[in-house]
Amino acid sequence: MSDMLFPLAVFFAAAFTNNILLTNYLGMCSFLSVSKEIETSAGLGIAVTFVMAVTTALNWVVYHLVLLPFGLEYLRFIVFIIVIAAFVQLIEMVIERYSEGLYFALGIFLPLITVNCAILGASLFMVIREYSFMTTFFFGIGSGLGWFLAIMAMAGIRQKLKTAKVPAGLEGPGIALIIAGFMAMAFMGFSGMIAIG
Amino acid sequence: MEDNKMAKGIYKKTFMAPLGKDNPVFVQILGICSTLAVTNRLDNTLVMSLGVIFTLALSSFTISIMRSWIPSRIRMMVETLVIATFVIIVDITLKAFYPEMWKSLGPYVGLIITNCIVMGRIEAFALQNKPSVSLVDGIASGIGYAYVLLIIAFVRELMGTGTLFGFTILGDWWTSWAIMIMPPGGFFMLAIFIWIAKEAFMKEATS
Repeated sequence: MSDMLFPLAVFFAAAFTNNILLTNYLGMCSFLSVSKEIETSAGLGIAVTFVMAVTTALNWVVYHLVLLPFGLEYLRFIVFIIVIAAFVQLIEMVIERYSEGLYFALGIFLPLITVNCAILGASLFMVIREYSFMTTFFFGIGSGLGWFLAIMAMAGIRQKLKTAKVPAGLEGPGIALIIAGFMAMAFMGFSGMIAIG
Repeated sequence: MEDNKMAKGIYKKTFMAPLGKDNPVFVQILGICSTLAVTNRLDNTLVMSLGVIFTLALSSFTISIMRSWIPSRIRMMVETLVIATFVIIVDITLKAFYPEMWKSLGPYVGLIITNCIVMGRIEAFALQNKPSVSLVDGIASGIGYAYVLLIIAFVRELMGTGTLFGFTILGDWWTSWAIMIMPPGGFFMLAIFIWIAKEAFMKEATS
């Protein structure tokens, strides 16, 4: 594949075939607890997409310009999590100051995001797979969108599920996991479209 | 004498709760990411579980020692840094002694930092209790997490490839269920596990 197209391929792979939630299981905690309502899911999905796109790019810069030249790769966990936490805090302060509407829509989700493993996971994958900066940027956006898609689909299904009869022991997280399993199977169907590791 | 007995009771209660009715995985639904991701092979699962027990026990212990000095405004940050320190120890130990294992676990060792079990136990337990009890709670929660993972991994590896720890168990007659080691298999297995566990505990509660 040509170099120009590679970031785009990574973008689609991250959003569909290698969906960060359904094939790598990242961000499950908030996925299971928040997906009960469509509106809150949309809010969290947008916030995750935005934070993931920016922090993976930021972490790429920090990793390649600071950690690698000084031989401090082993500190990457601490540094990545600090970058993410600091960025989330900053965004929270900015939107609180400038956009009240947005703050009420997204504000409550921002603290949740720091501990969302999908965000840290995307940064760690970017290091392991040795992506270039451009690819990392597209990977971050793609992963975020994939997460957004998955949680929206799940919220829609769970809304229908409220009227369905579910065995008592399977109510709540149990049935959500089974749905996630079927969704994962459906997303695997995309792998015919694009083959990338 | 009486006090001594009481104190022992606390340790026992703290130790037993996460193994059954307060299990972090199938009752509190915490730490699901790694539960699903590493359970397609038993050896991965075992190493991951040991890493989680180590991190959980020592960070609960450390936070509990520092609990009266941590300002509550920045306590999340302090907790994260303590956890990250122990995860780095696990990561570099694995990388030095078991490079193959380190490679196949990929980012999931690092993701112990954001594993909700660790943060959850610290917030819910270690901040209010003394170090020795917190250490017991950390170890017990870790074991509660580990045994669920090992059971799931046992079924997934056996059905998915016909092997256990990489050794062939089921002979040629066995057709491997590839779905079991792929992502959907993880979701289904965990759902079934939660179902069985819930049914069992619900019966216990009503009888």
